Amino acid sequence: MSRKLLVGYLVAAAILAVSPFMMDAYELDVLNSVGLYALLALSLNLILGDAGLFNMGHAAFYAVGAYTAAILNTRFEIPILWALPICGLAAALFAALVARPVIHLRGDYLLIVTIGMGEIVRIALVNDVFGLTGGANGIFGIARPEIFGHRVKTPVDFFVLIWGAVAVTVFLFHRLEQSRFGRALNYLREDPVAAEGSGVNTARYKLVAFALGAGWAGMAGAIYAGKMRTISPESFNFWESVVLFLIVILGGAGSIPGVLLGSFLVVALPEMFRGFATARMLVFGLVMMVMMVVRREGLLPIRTVRFRTKDVKRAEAAPKDVKGAEVAR
Amino acid sequence: MEQFLQQLTNGLAVGGIYALIALGYTMVYGVMKLINFAHGDLFTYGGYLGMTILGSLLLGDRLGAVGGVLVLAFLVMAAVAAMGVALERAAYRPLRDAPRLSAVVSALGASIFLQNALMLVYGARVQVYPESILPDAAIRFGGVYIPLIRIIVVATSVVMMLALYLFVQKTKIGTAIRAAAIDQGAARLMGIDVNRVITIVFVIGPALGGAAGLLVGLNYGQVNFTMGWIYGMKAFTAAILGGIGNIPGAMVGGLLLGVIEALAAAYLSVSWKDAFAFCVLILILIVRPTGLLGERVAEKV
Repeated sequence: MSRKLLVGYLVAAAILAVSPFMMDAYELDVLNSVGLYALLALSLNLILGDAGLFNMGHAAFYAVGAYTAAILNTRFEIPILWALPICGLAAALFAALVARPVIHLRGDYLLIVTIGMGEIVRIALVNDVFGLTGGANGIFGIARPEIFGHRVKTPVDFFVLIWGAVAVTVFLFHRLEQSRFGRALNYLREDPVAAEGSGVNTARYKLVAFALGAGWAGMAGAIYAGKMRTISPESFNFWESVVLFLIVILGGAGSIPGVLLGSFLVVALPEMFRGFATARMLVFGLVMMVMMVVRREGLLPIRTVRFRTKDVKRAEAAPKDVKGAEVAR
Repeated sequence: MEQFLQQLTNGLAVGGIYALIALGYTMVYGVMKLINFAHGDLFTYGGYLGMTILGSLLLGDRLGAVGGVLVLAFLVMAAVAAMGVALERAAYRPLRDAPRLSAVVSALGASIFLQNALMLVYGARVQVYPESILPDAAIRFGGVYIPLIRIIVVATSVVMMLALYLFVQKTKIGTAIRAAAIDQGAARLMGIDVNRVITIVFVIGPALGGAAGLLVGLNYGQVNFTMGWIYGMKAFTAAILGGIGNIPGAMVGGLLLGVIEALAAAYLSVSWKDAFAFCVLILILIVRPTGLLGERVAEKV
């Protein structure tokens, strides 16, 4: 992480830290929405930005997480935050299952398939699949989350919970970006043939990225369920997927600060200009077209890693007995 | 048996609509290798324009049913074709040399833009067509009931498909379209104006989509601003089913999908109707990505 970025994060964190004292409940609630969308968009960014897989059914994984949380909570009285890992696992498992046969499809076909998958999930939820999802009305009466006996209920509580989750996510995803896994994803996005030729198991990496992103969305879904206390299929329709997609494209695919900026612009800006509420999607569509023509890489584009001389020297000085066998497997 | 035949004819009528829209997808995909996401919305514009023109010009009273419908269809198709050309200029031409997925995002943006522009102009509510221009005739065949409009739908789509097929196979412009579909660079070197070919494709495709929108309006008597999305997705499924880039394939895929959907809705479950089409789409992409009639081998990677 460059120093400039670190300073940027610190400034943003400082502004966020004082905002509960400066804002009223409504503004804080908007900020909480921004945080939730940021979580979701960061998880989509792993799939769309890092691995370059055009996924426009992300709301489906979000829905799987939210519904898992709601069902576990209302039927088995498992607290939301305890259910969090299960929700993530459920969404990841679901994503791995549905993506396995289609992950090799070329970009635009994958886009269509994920749209179809998202719609199938929504229709299944509306039709009360397995008698668990409550049909078109959804599930209500979800208990609020609790942390160490403290019930999370005011906007300030949720602000801490959600933005805490965003901070953890940003940290972890930056670590992931720098890891072997993250670099492999970037490689296969830029040139799948060369990546495959260099021994990157592209199919497996794509699948893992897909499942990981979906699992993260599932956990965000659980937080959403705990915040709203009632969920219904309409919260997970096609337009949710479109908005998430737009956030990633607008901010800069693959760029974590870009996605954070994108979440703020897409979620908070329309709230500031309430008068244009009906024209919101019109503007989004226009922005997508204009962005592709004018600034394809997004507002805060991903920065390619450049090694400093210091690092290169350190690498040269390192002992040579690293095991290079992994590639030849 | 009666119910089966009734559902079959219902399915064929809906399938005819899918086929007409699918022809537009397949033409654009054939030449530009681009999924024109905004195509479904151009179809919706056809439905809305038909309603407005029908309501304001009183074509039925002035020209009679047959003349009125023909003039109406011509006006709608011309207007939607003009929109298609404008769309290509604004959203796709600047991205001709960009990575293909940028064009896909732009197409998606165009779709959202067009759809919401329509909502802002007409309002979000379902719009009802004025008194139908067509006589309320129907054929009864045993216990099977076939309204005139459904016959017109199927006939129109078959005639349009045949005309388009002959146009692409037999005329000089058609040859240029096929050449550009195979290799734009080589076509350009042979003296083919690829930009003109693309413009022609964006006249034909949207014109057919607009006609389909008009037919839907006349058939159901109402239109809404989001209908292009679901029809577009299904027509795209039809194009994939028949083999994208293949004109008779779009026809076969459209009619087949319409019938599958009608029968599945009748015998399995109505509330899962839309899910069946998406399942067909996913299955065909997994099992046979080239579609039923597709000869082109799908690109690997």
